[in-house]
Amino acid sequence: MGNVVLPADHRYYKYIEERHNEDGSELAILNLGPTHPATHGIFQNILLMDGERILDAEPTIGYIHRAFEKIAENRPFYQITPLTDRMNYCSSPINNMAWWMTLEKLLDIEVPKRAQYLRVIVMELARITDHLICNSILGVDTGAYTGFLYVFQFREKVYEIYEEICGARLTTNMGRIGGFERDWTPKAFELLDVFLKDFPVAWKEFEDLFTRNRIFIDRTVNVGPITAEQAMSYGFTGPNLRAAGVDYDVRVAQPYSSYEDFEFNIPVGKSGDTYDRFCVRNAEVWESLSIIRQALDKMPEGNVYHADVPDYYLPPKEDVYHNMEALIYHFKIVMGEVPVPVAEVYHPVEGGNGELGFYLITDGSRTPYRLHFRRPSFIYYQAYPEMIKGSMLSDAIVILSSLNVIAGELDA
Amino acid sequence: MDSAFIIEKSVVIVAVFALTMFMAMYSTWAERKVAAFLQDRVGPNRAGWGGLLQPLADGAKLFTKEEFFPNTPNRFLFILGPAIAMSTALITSAVIPWGDKIHVFGRDVVLQATDIDVSILYVFGVLSIGVYGIMIGAWASNNKYSLMSAVRASSQMISYEVAMGLAIISILMMSGSLSLKDITEMQTTGGWNVLYQPLAFIIFLICSFAETNRTPFDLAECESELIGGYHTEYSSMKMGFYLFAEYANMFISATIISVIFFGGYHFPFMAECKEAIGMNLTALIGFLALFAKICFFIFFYMWVRWTIPRFRYDQLMHLGWKILIPLAVINIIVTGIVMVLFN
Repeated sequence: MGNVVLPADHRYYKYIEERHNEDGSELAILNLGPTHPATHGIFQNILLMDGERILDAEPTIGYIHRAFEKIAENRPFYQITPLTDRMNYCSSPINNMAWWMTLEKLLDIEVPKRAQYLRVIVMELARITDHLICNSILGVDTGAYTGFLYVFQFREKVYEIYEEICGARLTTNMGRIGGFERDWTPKAFELLDVFLKDFPVAWKEFEDLFTRNRIFIDRTVNVGPITAEQAMSYGFTGPNLRAAGVDYDVRVAQPYSSYEDFEFNIPVGKSGDTYDRFCVRNAEVWESLSIIRQALDKMPEGNVYHADVPDYYLPPKEDVYHNMEALIYHFKIVMGEVPVPVAEVYHPVEGGNGELGFYLITDGSRTPYRLHFRRPSFIYYQAYPEMIKGSMLSDAIVILSSLNVIAGELDA
Repeated sequence: MDSAFIIEKSVVIVAVFALTMFMAMYSTWAERKVAAFLQDRVGPNRAGWGGLLQPLADGAKLFTKEEFFPNTPNRFLFILGPAIAMSTALITSAVIPWGDKIHVFGRDVVLQATDIDVSILYVFGVLSIGVYGIMIGAWASNNKYSLMSAVRASSQMISYEVAMGLAIISILMMSGSLSLKDITEMQTTGGWNVLYQPLAFIIFLICSFAETNRTPFDLAECESELIGGYHTEYSSMKMGFYLFAEYANMFISATIISVIFFGGYHFPFMAECKEAIGMNLTALIGFLALFAKICFFIFFYMWVRWTIPRFRYDQLMHLGWKILIPLAVINIIVTGIVMVLFN
């Protein structure tokens, strides 16, 4: 294992020959992946190693490419949401909501305030789970397993909330055009309250375990640093860019779903190294908790959970059975025959690990003419070879998990 | 050499062997239970009450698994690796003084397989052979990850053995003997060594983590980078031997720490106890005291493992050569000065 067959004219062989002649030591080619336990997904990196040090890296992508952009061109709009679930599966509600918001932008639909606030809550919950996974897995990759399992049970609690909202846990397929498919049950709010009470305690413990741990600091400080200029030229967004010191957050720069109603800080780092990324994510979890609390406090009265858009929103089931118009609407919506303008929209949201954007072009038919996902993981992974050059093998693993590159999103 | 002596020693040897095996087996159970406790889980609870039969179930599973040989040019070395690891792990316990003398069948029986006068050197010698098990097995696996693990393991063990040996020298200066029995006897009269040599204890403890390949020094088998390290290519009982050797080593390290620094089988008011309830019962209590100390240190190993992250290779070398070895040398010098001044 660890062996790989490269084409005979590969640049690595030239390096190896040169170095071999120089001082007698030999370089080695190490095949890291595609099924390596630390890569949390299917990534392949062919590394040129000088002992434990990485001299060069060649990443390969596409091991779980499922051609989502092409599949989307053949599907009615509401059937594209399950595809978005499978991109960044650590925070699928954000992907779902982003897709619905893209459609609402296309169709010019005003979503009621209460539905917007509900969306904010579920998106912030998803952000918490995303950061929770990323940071605790970073702990696992440095060798501390306990933090991961300890906070992981709170991801289960969040999944129970998802289950109460939409019936699914991981691939949520949550929401509809104009809002949610059903109102949140009282139990969902109860579970949310319990979560808001218990989770901060556990998260504080998790932070205490790592942030001042000498070994953890040694393992992460100055590991995989990236300057703000470099990060921006690569197109970094989200926590990885903020760790480098740029306070760009889509929630503030281009507010959507009423994010302008809430007060929160944007944590930024300084050096853009692994430790800063860890700390930025930690801090963002606290901000997300604060946003959820504010949204619960400011939640408008009533039980409105979707916009009044009969062209796009399925009528109640009783009407479908007893009412001809409702039946027609139901049929047309399910078949995807909804009125769609010819337009071109781009809608970005602050995803779990960066700016997640949907670039949609329609030609008036029932399917998109072209749909492009702006996937942050894809962009981070381009910088990965440069970030690990010159570092040790252990650092490469830690850098990959701190960038939070999700294979499903990378390959889409 | 009379036949009674041979029988006596045979019984002690078998008992020590059985004890080591038993402890190594149940350390795996304890590790899983401790990990579960620290991680808010239940742990193994299906095989037997509280999962107590889990080690047996694991053993049976490993014995019946398919024996896999990688495409390696040297099958003999591939088998030799785990064999060396296992045997070195088991023979260290021969020199441990498990208890005071007992008087049975009209004989004074020493609860120790053998009291050689260089037992510490013996322990160190066996420990350094132990690294060959990992090196040979990993090298014979014909796998780059295993090879990296072998390089890490060997350099780590060699570096930390130096610091460990230097830490022990200050104890030897005080005891004037290399025999573990003598070191224990010295502590029964003069107080436990940890009180006189706290720095040596800390250095020794850190090094013993490195010697047993436990977190934060488990670089040789860190699953996040090297998959399984030296046992990536191993399966069935050959892999079981490696895992077993790790736990046996942990038990032996805990024992050696207890013997050298925490008085071995000595417990407070031992002399008074001997007068009051007799030699045999005192020896039994002494054995239990040693056992309690060992269990505490085994728990400590697990506690550390499930709490803190691991070092990086260069940081590990830095700690070993630039911090622990100078500290150990300073400790020797200070001990020497104090001994000259106050003795």
